Amino acid sequence: MSFLTLRNVTKRYGSFEAVGNVTLSVDKGEFVSLLGPSGCGKTTTLQMIAGFVDVTSGTIELDGRDITRTKPNSRGLGIVFQSYALFPHMTVYDNVSFGLEMKRVAKAERAALVEEALALVHLDKYAKRYPRELSGGQRQRVALARAIVIRPPVLLLDEPLSNLDAKLREAMQFELRDIQRKVGTTTIMVTHDQAEAFSISDRVVVMEAGRITQIDQPYRIYEHPETEFISRFVGKTNMLPGTVATVADGHAAVSLAGVPVEVPADGLSAGEAVVLCIRPEKLRLTAPGQGRIAGRVTDRFFLGSQWLYHLDGPLGTVMAVTANDGDAPLEQGAPVGIDWPASVVRVHRGVLSAAPALEELE
Amino acid sequence: MTKNGPLALVFHTLVVVFMLAPLVIVCLVAFTPENTLTLPTAGFSLRWFKAVFAHPDFVQSFWNSLWLAFMAATIAVAAAVPAALAITRWEFPGRQFLNALFLSPLIIPHLVLGVAMLRLFAVVGATGSFAWLVAAHVVIVTPYVMRLLIAAISGFDRSVEQAAYSLGASEATVFRRVTLPMILPGVTGGWLLAFINSFDELTMSIFITSPSTVTLPVRMYMYATESIDPMMAAVSALIIGITAAAALLLDRVYGLDRILVGQK
Amino acid sequence: MSSFSTDPAASPLSGEPQDAAGGFRKRFAPALMAGPATLLFATLVLTPLLLTLLLSFNEYDHATGRTHGFTLSHYAEVLTDGYYLEIFLRTFRVAALATAICAIIGVPEALILSRMRNPWRSVFLLVVLAPLLVSVVVRAFGWSMLLGPDGVVNMILQAVGIGRTRLLYTEGTVVVALVHVMLPFMVIPVWTSLQKLDPAVEQAALSFGASRPTTMVRVIAPQILPGILSGSLIVFGLSASAFAIPGLLGGRRLKMVATVVYDQYLGELNWPLGATVAVILLVANLIVMLTYHHVVEGQYRKRMG
Repeated sequence: MSFLTLRNVTKRYGSFEAVGNVTLSVDKGEFVSLLGPSGCGKTTTLQMIAGFVDVTSGTIELDGRDITRTKPNSRGLGIVFQSYALFPHMTVYDNVSFGLEMKRVAKAERAALVEEALALVHLDKYAKRYPRELSGGQRQRVALARAIVIRPPVLLLDEPLSNLDAKLREAMQFELRDIQRKVGTTTIMVTHDQAEAFSISDRVVVMEAGRITQIDQPYRIYEHPETEFISRFVGKTNMLPGTVATVADGHAAVSLAGVPVEVPADGLSAGEAVVLCIRPEKLRLTAPGQGRIAGRVTDRFFLGSQWLYHLDGPLGTVMAVTANDGDAPLEQGAPVGIDWPASVVRVHRGVLSAAPALEELE
Repeated sequence: MTKNGPLALVFHTLVVVFMLAPLVIVCLVAFTPENTLTLPTAGFSLRWFKAVFAHPDFVQSFWNSLWLAFMAATIAVAAAVPAALAITRWEFPGRQFLNALFLSPLIIPHLVLGVAMLRLFAVVGATGSFAWLVAAHVVIVTPYVMRLLIAAISGFDRSVEQAAYSLGASEATVFRRVTLPMILPGVTGGWLLAFINSFDELTMSIFITSPSTVTLPVRMYMYATESIDPMMAAVSALIIGITAAAALLLDRVYGLDRILVGQK
Repeated sequence: MSSFSTDPAASPLSGEPQDAAGGFRKRFAPALMAGPATLLFATLVLTPLLLTLLLSFNEYDHATGRTHGFTLSHYAEVLTDGYYLEIFLRTFRVAALATAICAIIGVPEALILSRMRNPWRSVFLLVVLAPLLVSVVVRAFGWSMLLGPDGVVNMILQAVGIGRTRLLYTEGTVVVALVHVMLPFMVIPVWTSLQKLDPAVEQAALSFGASRPTTMVRVIAPQILPGILSGSLIVFGLSASAFAIPGLLGGRRLKMVATVVYDQYLGELNWPLGATVAVILLVANLIVMLTYHHVVEGQYRKRMG
C-alpha cells in the first residue's frame, strides 16, 4: 500500500524541463534514495515533495491526501538540509524543540520528546550547546533529531552526508539507517554518491535529465542496469562492443573482436551492434593460456582490500579487480588468462557511446 | 609577509600623529581654565563645559541633535529592513534602480542635497519643520543602513528559514524567530552608524535648519565663523565624546573595523 | 551552496519571485516592502533634485526676489564669468592636490598597516579610520586651532626660529585639512584591495626570482590599482564639494564651489544662480563616478575576475 505517491510530477522553468513525468510509489517505512548526477532533477523532486517548489503538473499524495498544493509549513514533513540549516542563535535543545513549539506541544511533553530524540542521536549531553560549538557530524545529528522529533510521516534528506569527511560519512551512513529502522519513518534521501545510496536504501531511484531511468533494489540495479549510463554510473564496468553473429535456439553468438561469446537471444537479430558489460570483479584471472582470452598486465593499483588491474588484450584495455587475499599480486607485464562465467554478461543494444571525457565529469 | 622597516614605522607614526592631532588638541583645550585658546598647562577646568550648558542656544541644539539622530536612525532602520529584504531576495522589475536610488545619497554631494531640499521645503511650505528635517536626515543615513543590511541578508543561509517553514512556522514567525535574530547585528550596527552620521551632519543641515531646529554642528559652525573661544573646544569635545560612545557600542554590536572596511 | 537548491538547474532567476518559502508567489510583496523607502526617496531625493534643476533655468528678479520664467543666463554667467571660472579652477586645484597627497600618504600607509601583525594592525587601522566618524566641523576647528596664530604649529615654528607665519585662510591650509578628512576614504579602498590579494601570488613571484621592488611594481601595484583609483575618485568628489573646511579655514576671500552656493542661497538669495552652480557640481560628480564604473571597473573585472 503506497504511503507517498508521485504521479506524473513535472517541473518546467519556461521551456526547460527540470523534472519530467516522475511517477513513484513509496511504501510506509521504506528507505528510498534518489540517485543521479548533478542536474538530474533529484533535488527539484525533493523540493516539490517538501513544497518549496511548485509542481507544474502531476500530483503528490501522502497517506491518501493530495498535498500537491499544500503550503510547506502545513505538510508536517521532516527535512534535513544539506547545510543542516540549524538556527545559529538557538541552543541544540531549542533547535530540536522548535517544530514541537510550532505544533503547540506542552512544555513538559516537549522536554521529554526532545530528550528522547537527542538520546537517539547520542547528543543528550549537548543540549545547551550552540551550533557553532559543534563539529560537522554533531550538527548533522542535531538536524536529524530536529526532523525526527516531530514524528513526521515522511523524512526528507538532502545530501545529508556530503559535507562530512570520508570516514565519518561511512559511519554515519549506518547510523542513519539504524535510526531510521528504530523510528520506522518513511524516508527519501537525495544523493549523488552511488555507494551511499546502495548501502542503506531499500530501493534506489536512478534519475537522469529529469526522468526516472530505473527503480529497483540496489543489488538488482547493480547487477542488471537497464541502460549503459546506469551501468557506468553505479560502478566500474568493462564496456565491450561487438556484433551479433548468429541467433539460434534462444541463444545469440556475439563476436567480440573475433572472440565468440554466447548470450540469451532476447530479441536480438543477426548483425546487430551490441555492447557487452562485465563488471571487473566478475572477471577471473587464470594462468596464461587458459580462460577465454589472453591478456597482459599493463598497470596495477592497490586499493587496500582489492587489487585493480588494467589488462591489455584482443578486446582493448580491460579492468579486473581481485580480492587482496594476502598473496603476491601479478607483476606489471605479466601475461594472464581472462575468464568469466556466462551469467555475468549484461547486454546493451546499440553502439558504444564514448566514455565521458575528464572535462565532462566536472 | 614582509615586515615594516624603521623608515616605514617613522612614516606611520607621522601619519598617526597627523590624524589624531586636531582631535587631541581640541579635547585638551576644552579643559583649559584660561580665557583664550591655550593648552591646560595651569590645570584642568570644567568651566567651558559649564559654559556650554549654560548657553541656551547650545543646549537647545544639543538636544535637537540627539533627538534628530535618534528619530532619523530609527525611521531609517524601519524603512530599510523591509526594503533590503525585498531587494536581496526577490527578482522584480526596477530592483537595480531601487538599489541605486537607496544608495544615491552617497554620491550626491550633501551641498547639493541641502540646497535641493531647501527648494523643496520652500515649495511645500516645510521650512522650519522638524519633521521634514528628520525626513531629510533619514534619507541621508539610509544608505549606511542599507549597505549593512544587504551584506547581512546576503550572507544568510536561506535554508535555515526553509527549515523553520518545514517545521510548521508561519511567515511572521519565521521572520520574528529566525530571520530577525540572524540579521540583528546588521540592524543594530546600522542604527548606530545612522545615529553617528546624523549627529555629525553639517553641510546639508546648514541649509534646512531654522532658528528653532538648529543642530549642534550647525550651531558650532555659525559660532566658529564669528569668534573662536575655548567654548567651541568644549562643544567639540562633547561631540567627540558622543561619537566615541556610539562608536564603542557599534564595536560591541558589530565590529568597528568591519563597519569601516567592510565584511571579511 | 546554502539553500535547498544544490542542482544548478533547479533555481534559475527566470523572473519568478523566489522567496524564502519557495512556493509563495506574492508578486506585490516586494512593492509593499520597498514602498515606504521608495516613497521617502522619491519625495526627498528625486523631487528636490528635479526642482533644483528647474530652478536653475528660472529668472531671478533682484528687486522682488521672485523666480519665474525660463532662461539660460545663469548657466552662461557661471560658465563664462571670470569670477566663477576662477573659483572652479581653485576648487579643481585644491581637490586635485588633496587627492594627490592623499594617494601619496594613503597608499603607503595602507601597505604598512597590512604588513602589521595583530593587535597593532587592528588598533592602528581604527586610529587612522575612526576620525571619519567625528563631525567635520570639529575636525576643521581642530585644524584652525593647530594652525592659528597662537596654535601649536606656530609655536613650533617660533621655537625653530622661523617665526610666526599666517597659516590660516590660505589654500595650503584648506588642502591640509582636506587631506586629514579625506585620508580614510583613500585608505579604505586600498586596504580592501590589499586584503583581496592572495599572498601566495607574491610568494610565487619571489620564487621565480623577482626582486622585491619588481614584485611591488609588477605584481602588487597592478592589483591594487583599482582600489587606488576608486579612492582617488571618492576623495576628489568629496573635496570638490567640501563646505565646512573652505568655510572655516579658507576665509571670506578663498571661495570654493560650495561656499559660492552658500552665498547665493543664503546671502544673495539668488537661488536660481545657486542652483545652477549646484547642478554643475552634481553633474560633474556623476560623470566622474559613472566613468569609473563603466571604464575602469569593466577593464579590471575582465582581467582580474
